[in-house]
Amino acid sequence: MIDFIKQPWPWYFSGTMIVLIMLILLFFGKSFGFSANLRTICSMAGAGKKIKFFDFKWKDQVWNLMFLAGSILGGFIATHYLSEPAPIKLSEATIADLKQLGVKFDGGLNPADLFSLEAMKDLKTLGILLIGGLLVGFGSRYAGGCTSGHAISGLSNLQLPSLVAVIGFFIGGLIMTFLIMPFIF
Amino acid sequence: MKFIKYILAGTLFGIIMFKSEAVSWYRIQEMFRFQSFHMYGIIGTAIVLGVIAVFLIKKFKIKDISGNPILFHHKDKAYRKYLIGGTIFGLGWALTGACPGPMFVNLGSGYAGMAVVILGALLGTYLYGVMKNKLPH
Repeated sequence: MIDFIKQPWPWYFSGTMIVLIMLILLFFGKSFGFSANLRTICSMAGAGKKIKFFDFKWKDQVWNLMFLAGSILGGFIATHYLSEPAPIKLSEATIADLKQLGVKFDGGLNPADLFSLEAMKDLKTLGILLIGGLLVGFGSRYAGGCTSGHAISGLSNLQLPSLVAVIGFFIGGLIMTFLIMPFIF
Repeated sequence: MKFIKYILAGTLFGIIMFKSEAVSWYRIQEMFRFQSFHMYGIIGTAIVLGVIAVFLIKKFKIKDISGNPILFHHKDKAYRKYLIGGTIFGLGWALTGACPGPMFVNLGSGYAGMAVVILGALLGTYLYGVMKNKLPH
C-alpha cells in the first residue's frame, strides 16, 4: 500500500479523497472552508478593535485553525515521507508555453525560481507573490469563500451562488494566464 | 485534546492536496491553459461524489458526531459579490498557483516563498474588511 501512496495519485482517487475530507468535517459538525482562517487570523491579531468585519467570536473558529496547522504538517509529511523524487507529469504543451513565458519547468510541484528562499532576494518575485496573495485573500473574502467553500462544499450542495463564484475564479484565472502574465514574467 | 481530530483531518487534507498535485503552480497553469484533464478530473470527481453524498445525508437525515442533524447553509443570493470577488480570486490563483489551503500545505512542503503569499492573503483579507461597506455586493 505504501507504494501506492508514494506514487502520484490518479485524479479519481484524489477527487474521492477530497470529498472524504468534506464528509469528515460535516461529520464533526463543521463545514469545509479554508479561507475563513484568514479572517480569523486577522481577528486574532486585533483587527476587530477597529473594523467590525473582524469583530466576531473567533474562538469558535479554533477548530479550523487546528485544521490549518494540520495541513502544514501534512505538506511536510507528504514531502519527506510519502513521495518519490520523479518529476511531475506535466503536459508537454504547458512546459513549452511556460518556457516561452520564461518560467523553467524544474520537475517539482512549484518552480523553485519563484518560491525558494533564494528566489526571495528578487524584489520583483517578492512583489508578484505578495500581490498574488493579496488578490487571493481579498477575492476569497469578497466572494465569501475559496475553492473549498465554493467549488467543493457549495457545488456539492448545488448552490447557484457558488457556481457564479467558480465561473469568476475561471474568468480571473484566464485573464491572468493569457492577458497579464505575458507582461509580468 | 478535543482539537486533535481537526489536526488529524488537516494533516490528511495536506497529504491529499500534495499527492493529488493540486498544490502545484505548474498544474494550475496547465489547468488554466486547458492542457490536461488532471485538475478537472479531481474537481469533477469531488463535485459528483459530493453532490451524491450531500443528497444522501439530507435524504437519510444523517446526524453528526454529537447527534445533531447535519445542516447545509444556503449562500445568500447576491450575485455581484460572487462574480467580482471570484474574478479577483482567480487572478491571484493563476498568478501564485495557490488557493488558501495549498498556500499552507506548500509552506509545510518547504517552499519559503509561500510565506510571502500568505502574508499577502492576510493583507488582502484585512483590506476587504476595511473596504467592505464601500464595495458592491
